[in-house]
Amino acid sequence: MIVKTIKVDQLARVEGEGALKVVARDGVVQSAELNIFEPPRFFEAFLRDRMYSEAPDITARICGICPVAYQMSAIHAMENALGVVVDGPLRDLRRLLYCGEWIESHTLHVYMLHAPDFLGYAGAIEMARDHADIVRRGLNLKKAGNAIIALLGGREIHPINVRVGGFYRAPRRRELQPLAEELKRARDGALATVRWTSGFDFPDVARDYEFVALRGEREYPFNQGRIVSSRGLDIAAAEYDEHFEESHVEHSTALHAHIKARGAYLTGPLARYALNAASLSPIAREAARDAGLGPVCANPFRSIIVRSVEVLYACDEALRIIDDYQEPERPAVEIEPRVGTGYAATEAPRGMLYHRYRLNADGKIADARIVPPTSQNQPSIEEDLKTFANAWLDLPDDALRHRCEQTIRNHDPCISCATHFLRLDVDRGG
Amino acid sequence: MSTGADSAREGPRIIVLCIGNPDRGDDAVGRAVARALRALLADVEIIEEEGEATRVLARLDGADAAYIVDACVSGAEPGDIRRFDASAGPLPRAAFGASTHGFGLAEALELARALGALPSRCVVYAIEGGTFEIGAPMSPAVAAAVDIVAGRLRTDILGK
Repeated sequence: MIVKTIKVDQLARVEGEGALKVVARDGVVQSAELNIFEPPRFFEAFLRDRMYSEAPDITARICGICPVAYQMSAIHAMENALGVVVDGPLRDLRRLLYCGEWIESHTLHVYMLHAPDFLGYAGAIEMARDHADIVRRGLNLKKAGNAIIALLGGREIHPINVRVGGFYRAPRRRELQPLAEELKRARDGALATVRWTSGFDFPDVARDYEFVALRGEREYPFNQGRIVSSRGLDIAAAEYDEHFEESHVEHSTALHAHIKARGAYLTGPLARYALNAASLSPIAREAARDAGLGPVCANPFRSIIVRSVEVLYACDEALRIIDDYQEPERPAVEIEPRVGTGYAATEAPRGMLYHRYRLNADGKIADARIVPPTSQNQPSIEEDLKTFANAWLDLPDDALRHRCEQTIRNHDPCISCATHFLRLDVDRGG
Repeated sequence: MSTGADSAREGPRIIVLCIGNPDRGDDAVGRAVARALRALLADVEIIEEEGEATRVLARLDGADAAYIVDACVSGAEPGDIRRFDASAGPLPRAAFGASTHGFGLAEALELARALGALPSRCVVYAIEGGTFEIGAPMSPAVAAAVDIVAGRLRTDILGK
């Protein structure tokens, strides 16, 4: 029996710290484990007994790359619990803020973490030595995303201007104009990014994923929508717990999420695109078509193209929002605490993010639950490895290891976001 | 005699980039140096950052000289202070690679070098950390290094 074990003790170029172990026997992969060993981070426990209004700022600290997703999910879940609907310009400003996060996070992943895999470089530094202009284009694009977040959020990371009910301060129309100029340049850069990534050499593989994403009414989803899947799921966020479950696995501090009826599923750019491509703006739709994406893309290596299309969409959508923006009468709507449970799902750059909160009458949080995209994608990432690695087992170890790492990076896992903690019940007897 | 353009031109742009997480034990040391230095140097641009590489890179943009302060882990005694001339060559990457996002200060500076965006003078003060626990205070040995590094930076920048 020939046993081959591929171990990567520290995964490079992913957010957070993790490892990988693939075991094959007689040319067939037996197991693939994405090992997440960052310590649990206890956020759900920190939230208990805090005021509902504190949740957006506390949950933002879960991630320095996608704080807006955490803030927005917390805010929408709180508003759901408190019976508040935020509409009009305030809703548009939230979409604008989310555009900033997608541009920033996706661009970082495309240029710094993922592209070196396709161009044969160990990392972004080596790539920059040969392709300085391209890397500069990526950095400028990312800056446009930062600029949106800095303007609306009050600072570039961990924004402080958002609150349950709206914002602490809404921008004036004239403040958004310089941003529009920067975004027009960014949109050109994003279009060039789609063309650039679509020219990479991709392994010819595909998987039959169950894609899960939000679906909005006539708009590509950021903050709101029903949770739908490519196999017929169509539910409100409040029904998430009825259809999805999380389980603990020995090799990871991240929980694994499954659809109860079926098992692994995929969330993120491939899923959003497969379920919402018709809602992209014309320029993004055209770029996707020219890049050869088709209506569904099931090759995870090509997710870098889909991510680039989403950056283009986010630039375009941000410009549309700025163009249409009317200053709201008030920056936020009134909130009255009450007993309730609230649910929300939003589309973080790397996939769907679910929050649930139970509130007491005084507005304090009785219970919190947060399911980040990486926990949801982890079983699918392992299945990718099991499925694809068989064909690569004859490669030299370095090349095989590289392909396996790349297979993980396809999904832009945020390992630090995923570290979770199971409820701990201590039975001390007596 | 100076022309209007000359009089509008500013002197060389000097920045001090202080990196760290104020809530993570000895990682706070860069931020503490920023506060100490503000009391010593009123006219210098002192910037605090958490250390994400592309943001560090953006901060270096347009600077003629950059002085950088960060905690490091190299196996030395906590509180040890080392000075590197990054304009002459790369930092020891292992000691500065402690960012949770996979890109640390060493990578940020190498990226800047590859892009031709590294300031012609780039000095890094590394202060060896002992504990990086979330919520922990700075350890006494590291806290003792704060004023020493601030003083040396003042001398570097003012030449006295």
